[in-house]
Amino acid sequence: MNVRKNAILMVAMVLTASPAIAGHDRVPPVRDPVVLRECGSCHMAFQPDFLPARSWERIMDGLADHFGEDASLPADVKGAIRAYLAANAGGAAGWRARGEATPERITGTPAFMREHRFPERVWRDPKVLTKSNCPACHSAAEKGLYDDD
Amino acid sequence: MKKASWKHSRVILAVLVTLAAPVVAGAGDNGREAILAAYAAEAKASDPSFSGFSANRGETLFRSVRSGGDERTPSCTSCHTGDPRAPGRNAKTGRRIDPVAVSANVRRFTEGEKVEKHFARDCKSVLGRPCTVLEKGDYITFLEGQ
Ligand code: HEC
Repeated sequence: MNVRKNAILMVAMVLTASPAIAGHDRVPPVRDPVVLRECGSCHMAFQPDFLPARSWERIMDGLADHFGEDASLPADVKGAIRAYLAANAGGAAGWRARGEATPERITGTPAFMREHRFPERVWRDPKVLTKSNCPACHSAAEKGLYDDD
Repeated sequence: MKKASWKHSRVILAVLVTLAAPVVAGAGDNGREAILAAYAAEAKASDPSFSGFSANRGETLFRSVRSGGDERTPSCTSCHTGDPRAPGRNAKTGRRIDPVAVSANVRRFTEGEKVEKHFARDCKSVLGRPCTVLEKGDYITFLEGQ
């Protein structure tokens, strides 16, 4: 009886405590089908929480030269994606953007760099290929779960 | 000039897709056949001696190694792999790409917008220029038979 009570208590504690423990390792997943399809066609559809709205605005303004790629989209599709990203962006004054006014690379934010202090050879692993390939190491990255490292 | 003719081809494509869609609605390949028909009409318009697309030429385009584009992607196979029935991997981002052979994915080349977008983007990446309408028709014809 006592054991069972303890077990229930422990489960309850884990359930209530885990979001706090996980902290920034969990972000809301992308649910918009247009964003998933268009952004997710070439790379993982990164969760908007990783950048402030002003960053997403700048990225959406520059699709003709999107990190060297011409990622232009029809105006209506572009508008829908921009609205979703801005509405779900990380806080404008939030921790993710600190240190850089309008970051365009998630991998250049202080928050990312703090969590990814690896030797060069880790990044050169052919499985990784590029720093923006989140799912190479975080198998549930697309679900917004980054606490599996 | 180039931009204008590309826009032009998109308009023709859109019109033909719209016209053709109701006729073959229900068939799994309706979009693809309409796209190919539009490309054929455009090819014929620009070259009266055009006599059809070629899977062989399409395969050559798919496999050949070029030097005009992004150095990470000297060939279509850099991302789509040498086996069109196998999944590929984006050589720039590491993202998985579904097989491009129609036998492996019947929805391949059925949406005009998507097809045009990728011919524009991917041909630039490999060849350093957009694909011609002949190359586009050949490419789809090759993968339709795979
Ligand atoms: C940088 C990697 C890359 C290279 C190189 C590449 N592609 Fe693609 N291609 C993609 C991606 C990503 C998609 C979209 C994902 C999907 O359709 O599964 C795609 C899709 C396509 C589509 C649309 C398919 C459809 O079902 O509508 C066409 C057409 C296409 N590619 C043609 C080409 C041609 C032609 C070449 C070579 C000249 C080429 N690609 C080289 C990455 C690439």
